[in-house]
Amino acid sequence: MMSNVIAFEFPPINELLRWKDVWAAGSLNKVGLIAVASALIGIFIFMSAAQKNPKVAPTGTRNLAEVAVEFIEDNIIMQTMGRDGLGWTPFLLTLFVFIYLCNLPGIIPLLQMPATARMAIPMFLAVLVWVIFNFSGIKHQGFFTYFKNVLFPPGVPKALYILVTPIEFISTLIVRPFSMAVRLFANMLAGHLLLVIFALLSEALLQARDKILIPVGILPLFMLLFLTAFEVLVGFLQAYIFTILAAVYIAGATHPEH
Amino acid sequence: MEALARIAKAAAAAGASAADAKNNAAAGSAGFAYGLAAIGPGIGIGLIFGSAIESMARQPESAGMVRTTMFLGIAFTEALALIGFVVFILLKYA
Repeated sequence: MMSNVIAFEFPPINELLRWKDVWAAGSLNKVGLIAVASALIGIFIFMSAAQKNPKVAPTGTRNLAEVAVEFIEDNIIMQTMGRDGLGWTPFLLTLFVFIYLCNLPGIIPLLQMPATARMAIPMFLAVLVWVIFNFSGIKHQGFFTYFKNVLFPPGVPKALYILVTPIEFISTLIVRPFSMAVRLFANMLAGHLLLVIFALLSEALLQARDKILIPVGILPLFMLLFLTAFEVLVGFLQAYIFTILAAVYIAGATHPEH
Repeated sequence: MEALARIAKAAAAAGASAADAKNNAAAGSAGFAYGLAAIGPGIGIGLIFGSAIESMARQPESAGMVRTTMFLGIAFTEALALIGFVVFILLKYA
């Protein structure tokens, strides 16, 4: 009896995540469009902020851009890389703004799909960060010194290198990009699925044949509102964490521990 | 594996196909995968937050640095739970 009081069936996952191509087969789908749009919006905000006169009080987009730049400099670079890292502001700012604008459509009505909830974008960004921190390490320390510092960390007894070197190899060169990509992807996917579950649950309850169930539908509706607010936080936090990890990895590669 | 084979045999006796049985077993274990994966990181994040609050209360002037490090620690700890979530998705849908 209980099972058919609410005929609640969760749709197959491809219905939630796989979107049809917009124009023709092989063209962009919704996720791709969101990613392109967030890149363009980010470019537009910072280009229009750069056009404004820096001598007068900031207005509009310039306010936004200044807050973003100060946030990256004070809360990410100064905390992890120190003053030397300020040259990385453009890269980290781009990373942060792009990820944040990709996360945000997860809670915007009608869009309702974070572009980072598909593996392609997090994986690409993680590989990009991987390439950049390795190359900056090689550039700052030289090829052999860099890999010597990564694979044979100084201060470890010689015999332990049998154990330490494979662990360092896996954790630095393989697990880092993987966990970075999975962290962003899984967080956004989990948030998306939670919103779907509570939206479907409240729909099923509010339209239940049994009249007594209709007031109960208020509960998942409130949960949906709460989770939407929570997703605002998660979208910001994941962009922040991805950027700060990129900063930590770059700092670790350019300034080895002695 | 043996358990799966036994389930498949029992299901075949009941008239369901082996693929159905495998799907059911996967769906059943998917929940466990995520539940088990969430235990450790749950405790870990609790410990991180607790220590961070304690150190912020003791030294409010170092709150900024503590917060940054706290988020880093949470990010590393949380990765395990998220991998559990990915395993859940793979078991259930792939």
